[in-house]
Amino acid sequence: MALLEVEDLATYFHTREGTVRAVDGVSFSIDRGETLGIVGESGSGKSVTCYSLMRLIPEPPGRIERGVARFDGQDLLKMGKSDLRNIRGDRISMIFQDPMTSLNPYLRISTQLIEAQTTHRDIDRKAALFKAIKALEEVGIPDASNRVKSYPHEFSGGMRQRVMIAMALINEPDLLIADEPTTALDVTVQAQILDIIKQRQERLGTAVILVTHDLGVVAGNCDKVNVMYAGQIVESGSAEQVFYEAKHAYTRSLQKTIPSLQEKGQELYTIPGLPPDLTKPINGCAFYPRCPFPKTGAAETGRPALKDLGNGHCFADCGYCDSSGSIESVLAKGDTDDIHLPSEGAGA
Amino acid sequence: MSDISQTATLQGKPQPDPAAPAVAAMLDELEEGSSLWKDAWARLRKNKLALTSLFLFIVIILFCVVGPFLSPYDSQAQNLLVGAEGPSAAHWFGTDTLGRDLLVRVMEGGRISLLVGLVATTVSLMIGVIFGAVAGYMGGRVDAAMMRFVDLLYALPFTIFVILLMVAFGRSLWLMFVAIGCVEWLTMARIVRSGVIGLKKQEFVEAAVSLGYSHTRIIMRHLIPNVLGPVIVISTLTVPAVMLLEAFLSFLGLGVQPPYASWGVLINEGQQNMEIFPWLLIFPAFFFALTLFCLNFLGDGLRDALDPKSAKD
Repeated sequence: MALLEVEDLATYFHTREGTVRAVDGVSFSIDRGETLGIVGESGSGKSVTCYSLMRLIPEPPGRIERGVARFDGQDLLKMGKSDLRNIRGDRISMIFQDPMTSLNPYLRISTQLIEAQTTHRDIDRKAALFKAIKALEEVGIPDASNRVKSYPHEFSGGMRQRVMIAMALINEPDLLIADEPTTALDVTVQAQILDIIKQRQERLGTAVILVTHDLGVVAGNCDKVNVMYAGQIVESGSAEQVFYEAKHAYTRSLQKTIPSLQEKGQELYTIPGLPPDLTKPINGCAFYPRCPFPKTGAAETGRPALKDLGNGHCFADCGYCDSSGSIESVLAKGDTDDIHLPSEGAGA
Repeated sequence: MSDISQTATLQGKPQPDPAAPAVAAMLDELEEGSSLWKDAWARLRKNKLALTSLFLFIVIILFCVVGPFLSPYDSQAQNLLVGAEGPSAAHWFGTDTLGRDLLVRVMEGGRISLLVGLVATTVSLMIGVIFGAVAGYMGGRVDAAMMRFVDLLYALPFTIFVILLMVAFGRSLWLMFVAIGCVEWLTMARIVRSGVIGLKKQEFVEAAVSLGYSHTRIIMRHLIPNVLGPVIVISTLTVPAVMLLEAFLSFLGLGVQPPYASWGVLINEGQQNMEIFPWLLIFPAFFFALTLFCLNFLGDGLRDALDPKSAKD
């Protein structure tokens, strides 16, 4: 049995402008020791998926509408508050996007690392401090036994993210959710942070959900990848499958946007248009208005379901994605005129 | 579980970790008192102005508490033959219209004023900080209901509220202190609430939730220390406010009654005769002002000292 099995997770935000279907029927699973990447552009529901699993969605306006998230047999979404507190930080922990604000500025690193342990374990403070120093050493903080006495503001962004990783992993959780852990960091530090997560994962056998919008990060670090668009998974499979045999037009468009894969001197490719308004029901493929492949099909009712290609590689097939050869040839022969931008989408 | 065996192996390693004794020593160092306050004291010591204020404040307290025992005069002994006389070698601060030694009256009045300042401020601090932090942290309907309650109390004329409280609970000095504290916490609650609302959007609060901490723990340990700066500044403003409120209540006949006095009462009496007997106003007003200055500078220094980011070393 997989460590975490998510089925048909849906999280809506009930705002004055209407109901935003931020996550609308997402299913995936992750095994022990595995790394699952979730990619997609801003607003595609990556973070909301993770926050839903940790039940960190502010309610109201947010609400988990339906779904099951079986973690080691228990449903995270239906769990009582105190059971949830026991799991958080002990068996599942999380790393956040902005290391500058994710440590309490008024408490020493040592206090925060000790508190993380004494909350969940019957451990005396001396042993906890000892473990804290070890943990800091393991994430590559030099002179850890002195640095542990520092306050967060005495660390740089990359160092703080290391401390966060140390704190998240100090109780040796089964699952680590990393919500864009490198977005706020310098490029030079990003690779180090990812390396550290990977190292620690190999040592502890932790499963990692890595949320990012950096395709390079996913390619280098993940076993499995989910590509999300407009609150749903549009393609999933092993990293190789999603990268080398991408089926869905959105995945292929995303790949096209990677700067290093583009010709020098040319204007960088961007996907035209904007993601759809999630307060309105979506008929047919959500990517249809921005899809570069010519097609004639009228919008169906409901969104296309994930089609399994038989080897674990799934994509939301509307019947047109795979038909028209390489995306380069499509983009080469036609300009953006071919793209079915609805007038309101183009206006926005 | 596995972690226990792990700690055991960590401690009982065959080759002793060179860091182990250092860790033990460091832990003692860290555990010595709450680290927040200990660090704050270390930083406060570098602030000359705050330190001088603290020293002066202690002198004023000693002056008021010990002074009356050393004085040859009784604060209530009238000498109608002398009447109001200016400062002299016998009466350093002069005497009031009933011939009572003003020095002793200032010292004894100070006891009551300082007591009301500290007790009422502490009461308002406790209610205000906890109320505001809970409202800000809970948000939504709970917050709305709690803050409407605050608005309601704001709308009530606070003197009437104090009078009601004192009528309901009887008249004693301590009850007056508590009653004043009970009406002075409103601003504190609003300030703390707004601070907490700003803070709870920061990721360290989310991180604390994701580490499995309880709400109480997050409020008490992670949010309140972060709003201590403004809280201390408001406290130093609350102290004079409650002292003045006490003087006002005494004037209405609800607070300190003659022959006892507080600084507020003395100042009030002094200003009635200030053109003829100016010393009756000057001496109590001087001590009142000095105390407030000390508290303000001390509050400022404390605010800086409690903020780890202000450390210059």
